[in-house]
Amino acid sequence: MAKLTIADLKKIKEKQQATFNLREGGYRAKVTVHMGTCGIAAGARDIMTALIDEITESKVNDVITTTSGCAGLCAREPMMTVEIADNTPVKYGDVTVDKLKEIFKDHVLGGTPVEKYALVMGSETTY
Amino acid sequence: MEKYRANLLMCAGTGCVASGTPKVKDALQEELEKQGLADEVKIVLTGCNGFCAEGPVMLVYPEEIFYQKLTVAEVPKLVEEHFLKGRPYEKLMFKDPEKRAAIPLMNDIPFFKHQVLRVLRNKGLIDPDSLDEYIARDGYMAAGKALTEMTPEDIIQTIKDAGIRGRGGAGFPTGLKWEFASKSVADQKFMLCNGDEGDPGAFMDRSVMESDPHSVIEGMLIGAKAIGASKGVIYVRAEYPLAVARLETAIKLCRENGLLGENILGSGFNFDLEIYLGAGAFVCGEETALMRSIEGKRGMPRPRPPFPAHKGLWDKPSVLNNVETLAQIAPTILNGAEWYKSLGTEKSTGTKVFALTGDIKNVGLVEVPMGTPLKTIIYDIGGGMTNKKKKFKSVQMGGPSGGCIPEDHIDIPVTYEDIVKTGAIMGSGGMVVMDEDTCMVSTAKFFLEFTADESCGKCTPCRVGTRVMLDMLTDITEGRGQEGDIEKLEDLSRDIISTSLCGLGQTAPNPVLSTIRYFKHEYEAHIKDHWCEAGICSDLCSFHISEELCKGCGACLRACPQEAIVGEKKKAHRIIQELCIQCRSCYDTCKFASIEVKPAIRKEKPVSAVKEGGDK
Ligand SMILES: Cc1cc2nc3c(=O)[nH]c(=O)nc-3n(C[C@H](O)[C@H](O)[C@H](O)COP(=O)(O)O)c2cc1C
Repeated sequence: MAKLTIADLKKIKEKQQATFNLREGGYRAKVTVHMGTCGIAAGARDIMTALIDEITESKVNDVITTTSGCAGLCAREPMMTVEIADNTPVKYGDVTVDKLKEIFKDHVLGGTPVEKYALVMGSETTY
Repeated sequence: MEKYRANLLMCAGTGCVASGTPKVKDALQEELEKQGLADEVKIVLTGCNGFCAEGPVMLVYPEEIFYQKLTVAEVPKLVEEHFLKGRPYEKLMFKDPEKRAAIPLMNDIPFFKHQVLRVLRNKGLIDPDSLDEYIARDGYMAAGKALTEMTPEDIIQTIKDAGIRGRGGAGFPTGLKWEFASKSVADQKFMLCNGDEGDPGAFMDRSVMESDPHSVIEGMLIGAKAIGASKGVIYVRAEYPLAVARLETAIKLCRENGLLGENILGSGFNFDLEIYLGAGAFVCGEETALMRSIEGKRGMPRPRPPFPAHKGLWDKPSVLNNVETLAQIAPTILNGAEWYKSLGTEKSTGTKVFALTGDIKNVGLVEVPMGTPLKTIIYDIGGGMTNKKKKFKSVQMGGPSGGCIPEDHIDIPVTYEDIVKTGAIMGSGGMVVMDEDTCMVSTAKFFLEFTADESCGKCTPCRVGTRVMLDMLTDITEGRGQEGDIEKLEDLSRDIISTSLCGLGQTAPNPVLSTIRYFKHEYEAHIKDHWCEAGICSDLCSFHISEELCKGCGACLRACPQEAIVGEKKKAHRIIQELCIQCRSCYDTCKFASIEVKPAIRKEKPVSAVKEGGDK
């Protein structure tokens, strides 16, 4: 194995940043996929998988994803909430994989909520 | 690179492993796979989290939810609720002791809230077997800085300015020690690490080695540069297999990546180190004995001077530092002396790790700024006594070299200066908390048994003196104490302290002196009245059941190994004194505090254990 230099240390640190943003709270955006029984039935698991793929592909490391319970509006599942640091969370309903890709690009990466899919601004408190 | 949305940091320290981490981990992995979550949720095994009392414990990121007392049976529900549906699972959360409400977030739990982590900065946060994860937390950046940008003098000045004092017990200024060795001229010098950790009840160093082995190696690397050493040895007791395994992995990774060996980080500096397994003799923690032990000789101390900074291992200039001392070096080099000094008091800077054990609720590992009141550690972090009905009596600090601090001194700030004033010492950080059911003469005897046993025998005051003191304490606790024994113990103590060769003998009488200082009346009661108030010395007490308080539940009757308790259900029970051996089983079992301790009754030894019928 190659010997490390100080520059390599910095590179390793950057590569690990995503993991430690997750553990230390240093993230810019948090995407919550609602996984109540209704959400799962409506396809929330596929949304989560697609979301993780998007994050991996875009190589960003300051976005974290998490799940939460039923958002209360079972008719509009799958639902997800996007929270960008210092901004009001936005809830999206009837999410599909295609819609997710658009939301991810415009809102999560670009910072502009995709109004046509948005249900509400604001979010219930979770732990 | 795979991407996970959640990291489950499971504690794999010795305590949690013993209480079930491996089984729970397997069950968790299996369940995650079953639910198709294995690609999204990652389990990471970490070193000791510190909250050993609640083990096995696990921290879930990003939410920072703390789960405790995990069991295999709860795993499916936990996975479904939290990791699938995103509903943190209350049942496994820490419960507020008063309000019984669940506290989901780790940093809201009092045990963690009052702590400041420097030495334990990576505990439970990284996988100790991953070099990349250590580097992600600024690992080896300080070594890089020290090796390429700093002279040995710069390093030593920083450590001196920070006021770092050795955490192995004596509290000697680390910068000074490094300076002495740095100025010694020799073809070979050694940088050594003391991971012997011999104090009964102490497990700070084990935890650091288990949870963050690279922090120790990085500290040694910086020390090596400061003193000009090219070789190092970590001395660890063989009873710490997990610590040894983690250190071995860490050393291997360092060698493979050029962090040990030649031309480290391209700086031109060479340093390599090895692990030496000790057999677990207390005296081998003493620096000169430790060095002889590494040389393959019998671990015995030798007189100083010459000090190891001039003639140490293989007669070459050597520095020996404690594990915890070394673990603080890297962040100090990176952040500077002012940062280090920003916590603590003028003469006791930084933080200190303590191992809380004994009759305390939250047994575990804690790190607090120096100067934190002892009371905060025992009540706010430690959660008070395990048995809420019992009163705090004393806390033992400094192990066999230390002493007992009584209740009226519990407001003192924890600093080297303030603790010494009480007759105890900071020591390496063991804190054994004792409640009112403790006999202080027996406590002193316990430590003397330890030191008499561990005395290497080289010098007479320690070898014979500790034995004589132990025999006297044994007599006192068995009712053969004599008028004048207290004074004789004090006299002997002074002689042993002033004439012993090494720190073992020089401090061995401390537990006796400090208990005489604060609990003299207990010694007197034992000697003159043959009376052990706490009901520990079995020859000096007897047990009785209070007729008013006894509910006749029968718990004591079942617990008694002698079948010495009789009584009908729901009626007051009675102890047949001729059969009772004062084992305390009834006392410890009774939920209604109906067992009373009274002075001993002179009694004939029973011929045979005859069973009596009802209580007539
Ligand atoms: C009997 C005896 C046992 C000791 N055991 C230990 C030990 O287990 N661990 C330790 O770090 N220091 C122990 N010490 C203290 C060491 O001699 C030495 O002072 C210390 O390792 C130096 O490191 P420091 O300056 O970083 O504290 C012991 C000393 C004596 C006299």
